[in-house]
Amino acid sequence: MSENKSKMSILTNGILNENPVLRLVLGTCPTLAVTTMASNGIGMGLAATFVLLCSNIVISALRKVIPDQVRIPCYITVIAGFVSIVQMVVKAYVPDLDKALGVYLPLIVVNCIILGRAEMFASKNSVVDSALDGIGMGIGFTITLTIMGSIREILGSGTWMAGLGKLIPALGADFSIRIIPESIDTFSLMTSAPGGFFVFGILMAGATWLTTRPKKSAPAVEGGNA
Amino acid sequence: MVKLAVIFFTMILVDNYVLAKFLGICPFLGVSKKLDSAVGMSLAVTFVMVMATAATWPIYKLLLCPDWAVGTARDMSYLQTIVFILIIAILVQLLENFLKKFIPALYKALGVYLPLITTNCTILGVTILNLDNGYDFIESIVCAAGAGIGFLVAMVLFSGVRRRVEQAVTPKCFEGLPITLVAAAVTSLSFMGFGGIIDAIFNVAA
Repeated sequence: MSENKSKMSILTNGILNENPVLRLVLGTCPTLAVTTMASNGIGMGLAATFVLLCSNIVISALRKVIPDQVRIPCYITVIAGFVSIVQMVVKAYVPDLDKALGVYLPLIVVNCIILGRAEMFASKNSVVDSALDGIGMGIGFTITLTIMGSIREILGSGTWMAGLGKLIPALGADFSIRIIPESIDTFSLMTSAPGGFFVFGILMAGATWLTTRPKKSAPAVEGGNA
Repeated sequence: MVKLAVIFFTMILVDNYVLAKFLGICPFLGVSKKLDSAVGMSLAVTFVMVMATAATWPIYKLLLCPDWAVGTARDMSYLQTIVFILIIAILVQLLENFLKKFIPALYKALGVYLPLITTNCTILGVTILNLDNGYDFIESIVCAAGAGIGFLVAMVLFSGVRRRVEQAVTPKCFEGLPITLVAAAVTSLSFMGFGGIIDAIFNVAA
């Protein structure tokens, strides 16, 4: 039983307690850059999750083969390989997402979340645990990007999930949900650079508050993780 | 000449990598606490940026994807990411060894920051963006230098802002990074004021 629970906690760890963006403060660049729209956040999150999962598995499998002195270059090569795969797939099947993410797609290589998890987790743990860690961290990353993208998109352009139709063709290319009526001027600063920093700061404060506040429901939460 | 100047100043003021394009946020938040480490890091970044551009541009244009190869089977531009990151990693390592041996004073000043630079996204970013923008060799070098100086300007300005922020009393959950990010938002807002200044000075439409 405890085995199962610890596997579960590896998976859920990345979502709030060790949320890569808000708690570990890794991978801030793509977080700020692509979250002008919620759908970009989802796309970026999924791409990074795929790379994170694959690189965690491969690096964990090779952890006894890779010599300690040259581990960072090895990790980077593995990661860069998977990023190239993602780049090609996205370019071929979702060209609009490729345009929206632009240079930040190849920059997943230097996303510190991926190298960070390789170094902190995958190099020390079994393949299964590393895969779960990759998925958990990826979900945490995707959720954070989506929330941030939603806030910025709703305040900045009044719509929600515009462009999602390009990720899921069934929705139609012009899919978007209008939250703020067109007659109201939007807060366009939110979609530009300062808005990114601002929303990120607020969200991080929120996550800090959530994880460090004096817990009333503490026994229930800890019982789940123990 | 005018075009080079436009590229250079645009990179510093309008398209500032840190404050407008969100590249290199990690060192921006991590190292900007003290002025001297901020300057050291930025100088190291500028140096590696220029070196990396000088190395990757010819390799891409001569080896990976020469102009005649675009669209043919010889087009190996898909290797860009993997080749560039390896070049940067090797370059940083070489640079570290070189400085250690020949310019120990500079090595001491930059020492700690050099290894960190490999995973600094501004470097990979500038090399890729130079090619995306179709700059020629000289323009790429100037663009890289501008990006580096822009990084320096942002770091130095922000380390000053940050000293004030650290002394301020904030709500508990805002302590540390969150309030720093909000301060960065204000700094970035001030840089937005430069929009259009380059076009006005050099009288060109960008």
